[in-house]
Amino acid sequence: MSRIRAALSAPGTLAIAPFALLLLVFTLMALLAPVLAPLDPARQSLLARLRPPGSMAGGITFWLGTDELGRDLLSRVIHGARASLAVALLSVIVSGILGTALGVLAGYRRGWVEVAIMRAVDVMLSIPAILLAIITVAVLGPGFLNLVLVLGFTRWPRYTRVAYAQTLGQAGLPYVTAARLAGARMPRLLLRHILPNIAAPLVVVATLEFGLMILFEAGLSFLGLGIQPPTPSWGSIMSTGRNYVGTAWWIATFPGICLFLLVLSVNICGDHLRDRFDPRATIR
Amino acid sequence: MSRYLLGRAAQSVLAVFGVMTIVFVIMRLSGDPTLLLVPEGATREQIDALRAQLGFDRPIAVQYADYLWTLGRLDLGQSVVQRLPVWRIVGERIPYTAWLASTALAFSVGIGIPVGVATAVWRGTLVERALMPLVLVGQSMPTFWSGILLIMLFGVGLGWLPTSGADDWRAVIMPAVALGGLSMATFARITRTAVMEELGKDYVRAIRAKGVAQPVVVIRHVLRNGAVPIVTIAALEIANLLAGAVIVETVFAWPGMGQLAVQSIQARDFLVVQAIVLLVSVSYVLLNFAADMLYGVIDPRIRLRGGPR
Repeated sequence: MSRIRAALSAPGTLAIAPFALLLLVFTLMALLAPVLAPLDPARQSLLARLRPPGSMAGGITFWLGTDELGRDLLSRVIHGARASLAVALLSVIVSGILGTALGVLAGYRRGWVEVAIMRAVDVMLSIPAILLAIITVAVLGPGFLNLVLVLGFTRWPRYTRVAYAQTLGQAGLPYVTAARLAGARMPRLLLRHILPNIAAPLVVVATLEFGLMILFEAGLSFLGLGIQPPTPSWGSIMSTGRNYVGTAWWIATFPGICLFLLVLSVNICGDHLRDRFDPRATIR
Repeated sequence: MSRYLLGRAAQSVLAVFGVMTIVFVIMRLSGDPTLLLVPEGATREQIDALRAQLGFDRPIAVQYADYLWTLGRLDLGQSVVQRLPVWRIVGERIPYTAWLASTALAFSVGIGIPVGVATAVWRGTLVERALMPLVLVGQSMPTFWSGILLIMLFGVGLGWLPTSGADDWRAVIMPAVALGGLSMATFARITRTAVMEELGKDYVRAIRAKGVAQPVVVIRHVLRNGAVPIVTIAALEIANLLAGAVIVETVFAWPGMGQLAVQSIQARDFLVVQAIVLLVSVSYVLLNFAADMLYGVIDPRIRLRGGPR
């Protein structure tokens, strides 16, 4: 706890405050989307197609304009935050748990377990992640659950590397020997004793991965391999917007701004956490 | 050839083998790979015939051995959809992706390294404060969003550059900038940390005390000594550029491998998708190996002792 307090009072915390706030705003936007969105994001109105921001039609103001099917862009952008954050959060949880478990196991058991796991990490890291995700989604079919599973099962190696290196450092320490001599079995030893001591750098990896997962979700949805219509996702809205850059600039612009601000906030908060928890990382 | 390089060569071979295995497994995740390869609306009989023709009715171990053997002979198979050798379909697109990726690399190195040096040398000054936001923006900007913004500004708004295709030599500029943005930020960050680390060392104080001018100190001494992390990242970044091309080429309708991959997924031409994933992943492994060989050239300590640091 004292480390967290120190992190909050450290210099630089004030500078990231606006970005932390922005992150909070996006989270609230995702959680309260049905309340906040002025209209149903799927409601089409063929009479109000491609209206610019601020235009009125049928007594309704479209603050951010409408898309090619006359759907309210503001409502779609607000709902789009859900897809982004839900996919990113769930895939970080899946890959974080999987990667950490494998890394701790490799670092503690050593021997052939270690060799097998760490070689698998090397191989996974030698396939560009976005290509791996693209081919897997293409094989399994797009959709929310597949997206989470694909990202979860392709993004574990970074956690494994960190958890492995950290566990190696801890395994020889007296407290681990003491716990083992006191009769702690392996699962208990790893979960109750080693894991809390290696958690900080893993949280940092998770934060940085979170930003990346948001970009992956948006990228895959942009290619039509992610969240499927009519569910709004920033990536798929922008993919439509690409076709209307000359006539309806607003369609791609507003989700683009949101995506950029969200990723920027996550990255800045992640960098800050890394600098606080791992002083060595500032030099590297 | 030192033991270090032999070890790395063995690791690279293992990685290529692993990549092939992973792609083999993924292609079978859906249960029946035949279904991935038939055009939509094929009849039961056509599917069965294709399954027998492609050998997907054989035991999985036999299929795996056959798959490795075929790839080992550099045979990527025959596209079921286009009825052409996959090699020819993909081969036509390679020059476009290579052209795009190398232009993007030139952009990211050309901007990234000077920015990294400048922010390290003039740390805490106005220069740093003006340039660091550029790095942060580059890092957080999805390529398709910067691509769309560039199209709006220089394509639609000002009408200076073509918004799609590859007919005009200027057509490469916008996709290359969009694609290289993230790499530019990475180069800037890595160069900055490498230069900051070197600037604090004793030898820098010694040559400065001799009266050597700052630009000479940085270019001749600091950058050379800080080159190992920069070269490592360069290898990774070239591979990231190839992978990132999938999205950028779709935004700009650039006729490279990335656009082909997306088109082939839509056309259910999975042997082409598989070939592209394999090609990019193998170049990723080879580039990393090339970076390892370069370390020895840059840093004699690695050549003599084996292994960086």
